[in-house]
Amino acid sequence: MSSVAFVLIAILTLAAALAAATLQKLMHATLSFAVALVGVAAFFFLLGAEFVGLVLVFVYIGAVAVLIVFTILLTRRDARKDHGANWGGALLAVAVFGGLAWAVFKTPSVAIGAPHIRALTVKRIGEALMTSYVWPLQCVGLLLTAALIGALVLVMEEKR
Amino acid sequence: MINQSIDGFLHPDVSKSVDQIFVNAKQWLLGLLSWLTGAPGWVIQVASSLINIFALLFVFLTLFALMSVLERKILGRIQNRYGPNRVGPFGLLQPVADGIKMLIKEDIVPARADKLVHFLAPILIAAAAILALGVIPYGRNMTPFTIDGGILFFFAVGSTTELAVFMAGWGSNNKFSMLGAMRAIAQMISYELPLIITVLPVVMVVGWLTPDRIVAAQTGYTLGLVPRWFVFTPWGATAFILFFVSGLVESNRTPFDVPEGESEIVAGHMTEYSGFKYATFFMAEYIGMFAITGLAATLFLGGWHSPLSVLEFIPSYVWFFTKLSALLLVYIWLRGTLPRTRIDQIMNFAWKFILPMSFTCVIAAAVWHYAGRGLRGWLWSFVVIAIVYTALSMLLDTQRKFAPRIYRFAE
Amino acid sequence: MTPTLQVFLIVSAALFSAGLLAVLSRRHAIFILIGIEMMLAAANLNFIAFWRFSPQSQPPTGVMIAIFSIAIAAAEAAVGLALVIAVYRHYRTTNVDHLDQLKG
Repeated sequence: MSSVAFVLIAILTLAAALAAATLQKLMHATLSFAVALVGVAAFFFLLGAEFVGLVLVFVYIGAVAVLIVFTILLTRRDARKDHGANWGGALLAVAVFGGLAWAVFKTPSVAIGAPHIRALTVKRIGEALMTSYVWPLQCVGLLLTAALIGALVLVMEEKR
Repeated sequence: MINQSIDGFLHPDVSKSVDQIFVNAKQWLLGLLSWLTGAPGWVIQVASSLINIFALLFVFLTLFALMSVLERKILGRIQNRYGPNRVGPFGLLQPVADGIKMLIKEDIVPARADKLVHFLAPILIAAAAILALGVIPYGRNMTPFTIDGGILFFFAVGSTTELAVFMAGWGSNNKFSMLGAMRAIAQMISYELPLIITVLPVVMVVGWLTPDRIVAAQTGYTLGLVPRWFVFTPWGATAFILFFVSGLVESNRTPFDVPEGESEIVAGHMTEYSGFKYATFFMAEYIGMFAITGLAATLFLGGWHSPLSVLEFIPSYVWFFTKLSALLLVYIWLRGTLPRTRIDQIMNFAWKFILPMSFTCVIAAAVWHYAGRGLRGWLWSFVVIAIVYTALSMLLDTQRKFAPRIYRFAE
Repeated sequence: MTPTLQVFLIVSAALFSAGLLAVLSRRHAIFILIGIEMMLAAANLNFIAFWRFSPQSQPPTGVMIAIFSIAIAAAEAAVGLALVIAVYRHYRTTNVDHLDQLKG
């Protein structure tokens, strides 16, 4: 695993995430959110889980980002700008980050290097989905159907 | 990689070396590079990727230039006129003239447009289209980048096009652009689902998401005569037609070019772009077409396999580009002959017809597999598809009321 | 120097804090949803990092959890955005500070 790639992707992701949290114009924040997700997908590629990275790009950027953009368009009567970060929120976020980082550094068992693993092929994921994880798969299917119907019902205009 | 032996027609060694001429040339170049510089292994890998990328860009940009003039000439002939025929022999140097014109045009950006978003949108669309070209096998051992989930990579990259189209529409600060962008995204999202579900039977039958393996699963000939391409099975033929139509919609081509309807909303999301940025949009649309037709040829038409066993001496890349050109000709033909459909007709078509038919293809492929892959499987899957098609046609036809035609003549 | 697990966990914690910042300090409802999605992405990164650096089990559990989490996040984003649209239709505002009708 190359460390140059890791540093570059980490800088890209964190910069985009901070921009998404603090930019004032809605559209710019949404687009930097999409860039942050591309960075997370690049991390997944670096970690050897390419399938999950591709699913992330496909679902988040292809669907969720487009949904967010459409919703921004449909709810536009508000002022287009939003106040950026305020000090209370920033303090709390820094405190949470400090707590998590302290917990990570305090645990000696996570200071390990990357072992050699078998390549994660799509075949293995498919086999796992159809044998060990078949019930969660069906439940996720039901959940997605319920979410689809629920979202449709919520935005359907009432018949007068 | 999958190295298959080639049955040559006359001289096996000659046909094999012609077939692998680009692969051998690249290996020779890399050997020369490592001998000249003595560089470590990873530099040679980067150089190999760079050679792949440049070859890909060269081939497809040339094909784009050629197709832009051929399309106008073929459209002209369909409309009983000559196409462009002034620049060069038979007008074939027209792309050069077009390129010079686009490059020297003034680049106008609207005053209140969002400059960063307006600038990045064409770049993102072009990048997504070119990335999608990288996983298609163009010949024997000639895939630029082999990724394990190649088909998923293709669709993931294609889905970022929607966001880029929206960026183009919104960044122009123009109501027509916004309207065109929203129509374009609604159309692309609706047809993305059928596009993926029609690929599902192929992936199910082959068992791999890698385009190389999908092409390798289509070798051989049944009865020594008919090639084992997936288009010659009932579910494959239906899935091919549905994939082709969905690809037409994804590329925003007539009869589905509502987003860029020239008579309605000027140029949709590309209204405020001039000069080189418009050329980038144009190029991205054509390269997207090449990618979709390349994938259709890979999944359903057997990729780089030849249709008859006596013709196998012709190199594999020639067969691939022949199939690509045939599909592109059908695209141009459809553009010249069919009128534009309305946006609500497009949506109805997607959700009420194409989506149920694509689910039927999945079931028909399963029936074909479990009834043995021979004649019995063929017949049973054909029955499944015919039943669903007839049912859908009868269910969806209830709204049409035709009145008898009345002709009025001047008295 | 290859990155260790600690570095990945720090990056994921930073991404989570950025999402938390977005949730806590924004007024527009859609921004809060963006923050929630970022926190979910950070949790997915954590799962995959732990999967990579640990002894392999036969079904790749970390990867499975990440895949299901992505699907559930998409469903939740869809319903959340539908809620925002429904609220906007009724109250004509997306500022969450103004949605205080049930205040005691």
